[in-house]
Amino acid sequence: MDNVSWQEVHTEPEVHAQTMTKGKIWQVFFYLLGITSVEFFIALYLIPKGIMSQHVGNFTYIALTLVKAFYIVAYFMHLKFEKFALKASIVVSLIFIIYFIILMLTEGAYMHVHMNHQ
Amino acid sequence: MSTAISQLDEIKTDTWSGGKSPFAVEYGKIMMWFFLLSDAFTFSAFLIYYGAQRFSKMTWPDPDEVFQSIPGIADGGYPLVFVGIMTFILIMSSVTMVLAVEAGHRHAKKEVMGWMVATIIGGLIFLGCQAAEWTHLHHEGYWWGRFPEFYTGIETVSALQFSNLFFTITGFHGFHVFTGVIVNIVILIMTMSGVFEKRGSYLMVEKVGLYWHFVDLVWVFVFTFFYLV
Repeated sequence: MDNVSWQEVHTEPEVHAQTMTKGKIWQVFFYLLGITSVEFFIALYLIPKGIMSQHVGNFTYIALTLVKAFYIVAYFMHLKFEKFALKASIVVSLIFIIYFIILMLTEGAYMHVHMNHQ
Repeated sequence: MSTAISQLDEIKTDTWSGGKSPFAVEYGKIMMWFFLLSDAFTFSAFLIYYGAQRFSKMTWPDPDEVFQSIPGIADGGYPLVFVGIMTFILIMSSVTMVLAVEAGHRHAKKEVMGWMVATIIGGLIFLGCQAAEWTHLHHEGYWWGRFPEFYTGIETVSALQFSNLFFTITGFHGFHVFTGVIVNIVILIMTMSGVFEKRGSYLMVEKVGLYWHFVDLVWVFVFTFFYLV
């Protein structure tokens, strides 16, 4: 059988009820740019001037990074407009990453205590 | 006799009863998503290991001091500026990629070509910047298994970890960018030769777009954990 690609036999074209328009693309771009600028403001002004502690800064960075990740995945990668089943199969799998973070931080804390203070 | 159909014989038509694609997404695109998911696990393993190492050490090289040069312009005193430019370039190339996808939906061949070229240029500039930064750090004394001599005593333990992990993780990411640029060039050539026009769908542009955005996404995390935290 010749290479009959899925696209050729596919009878139901993908439904994009809502899709990315040019306006929306640039809007997301400015969000990403804005968030990155905030991160720079914290790194180059707030922390050196002592207005924000490094510890609070780190949490803010991680939170802002997750917001950026959401915008990239949801809009640029179009996941927000996919079927719920696809969204769930991608997002739910990420639970393993959270589990790994908890494991490795526990491990790191253990090493911090046991390797440095003998 | 009544003509009513028993419940068992009724044809089910809901999403998961067969006969249709439940995700309503083409096969290759689903596979791209699952590949990216596995790649996300690889990258998070790297970054989480970095975090655990950093967390376990008494000292750690200060990113504001390590990354304070703009290669070719200033040797020091500008923390985060160069990497800021790199981040901007990568986000920008993500935007041009999504614009190429959008043009593909409208079957606008010329526009797809233009945006793909812009994306490829963005990727190449990013790779150039990374090469410049690697060269600079190499001159400073950082490399796999090496670190500058001013780290002494207990600091050497973390400096070695930092060096190894920095080059491994940014190298692995850079390799992804490089692969992305190659794939983008292939797609550009296919667009130019009218393959997608004949096929009646620019879905391939969407699939490489997913990969390209993922590379951008990973950079967002690398940027946070290496340069900011």
